[in-house]
Amino acid sequence: MDISGSYDIPASRATVWAAINDPEVLKACIPGCDEMTADGDSGFSAKVTAKIGPVKATFSGAVRLEDVQAPASYTITGEGKGGAAGFAKGQAKVQLEELDAGTTRLTYSVDAQVGGKLAQVGSRLIQGAAKKYADDFFSTLVARLSDPAAGAEPSPPADTASSPEEAAPAHAAAPSHSTAPAVAAAGGTHWAVYAAGLLVIAAAAYLLLR
Amino acid sequence: MSKSTGIGASVKRVEDYRFLTGRGRYTDDMTRPGQCHAYIVRSPHAHARILSIDTAATLAAPGVLTVLTGADMVADNIGSLPCGWLIHSRDGTPMKEPKHLPIAADKVRHVGDQVAVVIAETLQQAKDAAELLDIDYEELPAVVSPGSVETAGTAVHDEAPDNVCYDWIWGDKDKTDAAFAQAAHVTTLDLVNTRLVPNAMEPRAAVGEYDPGMDEYTLTTTSQNPQLIRLLLCGFTMGLPEHKVRVVAPDVGGGFGSKIYHYAEEVIVVYAARRLKRPVKWTAERSESFLSDAHGRDHLTHVELAMDPDGLFLGMRVKTTANMGAYLSTFSSCIPTILYATLLSGQYKTPAIHAEVKAVFTNTVPVDAYRGAGRPEACYLIERIVDVAARELGIDRAELRRRNFIPPEMMPYDTPVGLQYDSGNFARNLEDALALIDYDGFPARRAESATRGKRRGIGFASYIEACGIAPSNVAGALGARAGLYDSAEVRFHPTGSVSVMVGVHSHGQGHETTFAQIVSERLGVPMEKIEIVHGDSAKTPFGMGTYGSRSLAVGGMAMMKAIDKVIAKSKKIAAHLLEASAEDIEQDGGVFRVAGTDRSVDIAAIAGAAYVPHNYPLDELEPGLDEQAFYDPKNFTFPNGTQICEVEVDPETGVVKIVRFAAVDDFGRVINPMIVEGQVHGGLVQGIGQALLEHAIYDEDSGQLLTGSFMDYAMPRADDVPDFEVKTNEVLCTTNALGVKGCGEAGTIGGAACVMNAVCDALDIGHMDMPASPERVWRVLRDSRPAMAAE
Repeated sequence: MDISGSYDIPASRATVWAAINDPEVLKACIPGCDEMTADGDSGFSAKVTAKIGPVKATFSGAVRLEDVQAPASYTITGEGKGGAAGFAKGQAKVQLEELDAGTTRLTYSVDAQVGGKLAQVGSRLIQGAAKKYADDFFSTLVARLSDPAAGAEPSPPADTASSPEEAAPAHAAAPSHSTAPAVAAAGGTHWAVYAAGLLVIAAAAYLLLR
Repeated sequence: MSKSTGIGASVKRVEDYRFLTGRGRYTDDMTRPGQCHAYIVRSPHAHARILSIDTAATLAAPGVLTVLTGADMVADNIGSLPCGWLIHSRDGTPMKEPKHLPIAADKVRHVGDQVAVVIAETLQQAKDAAELLDIDYEELPAVVSPGSVETAGTAVHDEAPDNVCYDWIWGDKDKTDAAFAQAAHVTTLDLVNTRLVPNAMEPRAAVGEYDPGMDEYTLTTTSQNPQLIRLLLCGFTMGLPEHKVRVVAPDVGGGFGSKIYHYAEEVIVVYAARRLKRPVKWTAERSESFLSDAHGRDHLTHVELAMDPDGLFLGMRVKTTANMGAYLSTFSSCIPTILYATLLSGQYKTPAIHAEVKAVFTNTVPVDAYRGAGRPEACYLIERIVDVAARELGIDRAELRRRNFIPPEMMPYDTPVGLQYDSGNFARNLEDALALIDYDGFPARRAESATRGKRRGIGFASYIEACGIAPSNVAGALGARAGLYDSAEVRFHPTGSVSVMVGVHSHGQGHETTFAQIVSERLGVPMEKIEIVHGDSAKTPFGMGTYGSRSLAVGGMAMMKAIDKVIAKSKKIAAHLLEASAEDIEQDGGVFRVAGTDRSVDIAAIAGAAYVPHNYPLDELEPGLDEQAFYDPKNFTFPNGTQICEVEVDPETGVVKIVRFAAVDDFGRVINPMIVEGQVHGGLVQGIGQALLEHAIYDEDSGQLLTGSFMDYAMPRADDVPDFEVKTNEVLCTTNALGVKGCGEAGTIGGAACVMNAVCDALDIGHMDMPASPERVWRVLRDSRPAMAAE
């Protein structure tokens, strides 16, 4: 299944890139994100609990970043296991395009495959629900970026203990074309993947658990 | 005037009081002291190797008692779920029969395959703990489409590298080839008989109990045949002595075939109960039913019909690929063979028929009998190709059928596919159905529909089915691994009431009423003094249960034999009481009279004498009035009839509406017309469901079941079906004393064919595959109007 969309975010591309590379920001924007761990340089794993109605499911996901072009784009390949709920796996392409100095367009497209209960119950409706989930995620993100107090500024390194150390500089400053940002992007993007991958998983979870 | 009691009366169902007042006793209603709950973890993958299962976190979770895996069961010598019918391929080799372990031990082979069982104090605890189970799979490519298994490049089972279970042939090939060589016209057709999910109202459930003091087991299960389950559980999966095992199938909310089979969960709860020494309950959720109840149908067929210049059928060739799913379910192998190819003659005197059936394994849920089981598939292809042939030859469809019907004077009739039809008046059923639906008025109705922009069509299905599979020795020669008789015990109690223990099982059929009607008429005992007992191996004699519309024709006949024994003994007792000779005693219901006199005694007094034998011929007769009988039929029975359906299609939306439906059926003797009518209605609705709505779809690449809930799998609802006009023509079966043929599946046998014939007529096309959903119909209409499509 293919899911795609785009959002215009009222912030510079560098700010958006940093934000979606900041685990704390992403954690705050992804409902139910319990845990995040770096797996080497270009991958992450995380646990997200989706609780809808009387049922909850914990998804463990692992994603890998490929083709990272900081601060413009990357491809994420990942897989999330939701126990009895099934699994989701796929690829997400995320692009940031600078519309003007203060607006960035984020475009994502997910090519995902779901299995188990997710496919059994949700495959027909997953697209609409994933879209809704994405909308919720990005509206939270936009709200955060629009409200300086909430952290348009990147989190200090101390708060990103679970990120790779190399990633810290990227959070501290708007990325330049050094190697560090790419690594940082690798760390952070995975969370944007979650923005995408999780959208799928959680939307499916929503469908089947409600 | 219609009767109010006994055979032929529309007696209200005695079981309905408890069903309608919520007092039915279903398996999930059972709560045993100390009961714990099993939650089954199922594979999310269609095909994968199980690399590891880490149970540590699950075992540490609150309330968890144990986690069981396939390895545990293998270590404890729990056996494979058996297949009850051995089919041989055309080269003489036996079918491939790979193991079917209750819990997968090495590989999972379909989405929903059992991987592990978590047992906890509560169901919620078991489900929560199951979330913590860490299973590592190595995904393998899946085989999904039955049409391409041999080139799929991956094998569901190592034993069948090409995924072929058997390659079977039936009929006379040379004679059929010769018929085609002299044909004036040959009609060919490729069709799909869609995969269906049975969806009984009550999901499957099972409770296992073990008494370590007595070393005794009890399994309560949603089964159509508890005695057979006990046989398979004891003889194959668990390896237990039968006298230590009781299997109970209490009230069961519908089966339609899907509850015939010995399922993994039955083994799991019994095994777990023994390990834990506590009762263990499992109940399927609906989405679990979609992945674990045996599915139905799923055939790909190429058929050819050879005719002479007048449209007389000369020969038929059939090539079918039948999807078995990932494992052989209990009776799966005989459905597309013995219950399918033997029916390919239909109601027609086609002299030569040849069938080739290839059964294949795929990474999908196992496929087995579903209401009709093989016979709807046969009827569908016959009645579809007859319609296409009529269209090609320009002969009226009713007329083409008339020309080819086997006439009553040819009965008994030996078909070229191995059956002997005992009786039937096929032409009369057709004529009566034509009259019921006012066939002559159809052109006017079609014209009227056209004025409203609607396209009206009419379709027929003249079906025949073979019920009460028998006799045992013939079935055995064809590969059956079980007997096909049934049994009954008539226990006449000392104070005049009667318990009848039967080996068949009622799960919606109304046996407690119809069987009691027969007892009431034969023994002159009022209905309220008769109880029909079924569904408990500890109470009933060994019987084969209910499937294939066999209960009355086989189980009812066993009961008749037991009743006859009661009557024979009663005559002797009456003779003693009346001081006459037994030969002079006449019986009329409950009255036993010395012929030509007014001296009589009623059966209650006879029973009293039998149990209090103070004035009794003890030298000649044993006390008591309790008789048992087993009955093995001489032949199948052959219910038959014609169903006619009229549809109206909205060309703008593709919506098909069934506007009229008439069914004329010959079920032999009818015991309860109201119940029979209900059975016809239910069967027709399931036939209509397949034709218009239902379709189980797997993703071709991943093997995921995409129609796994009622959101995507459309069951027929009340507003999808019309009022049915039904009629029965009784032509008594000549091979059983009751003259009964069976009515449980009839509606489903012809229903889908009849509706699709009407749809194709409305669309003015030769063929479209089921289901005729609005989208598909709309596409057919669009494609058949190229000029408009090009716009």
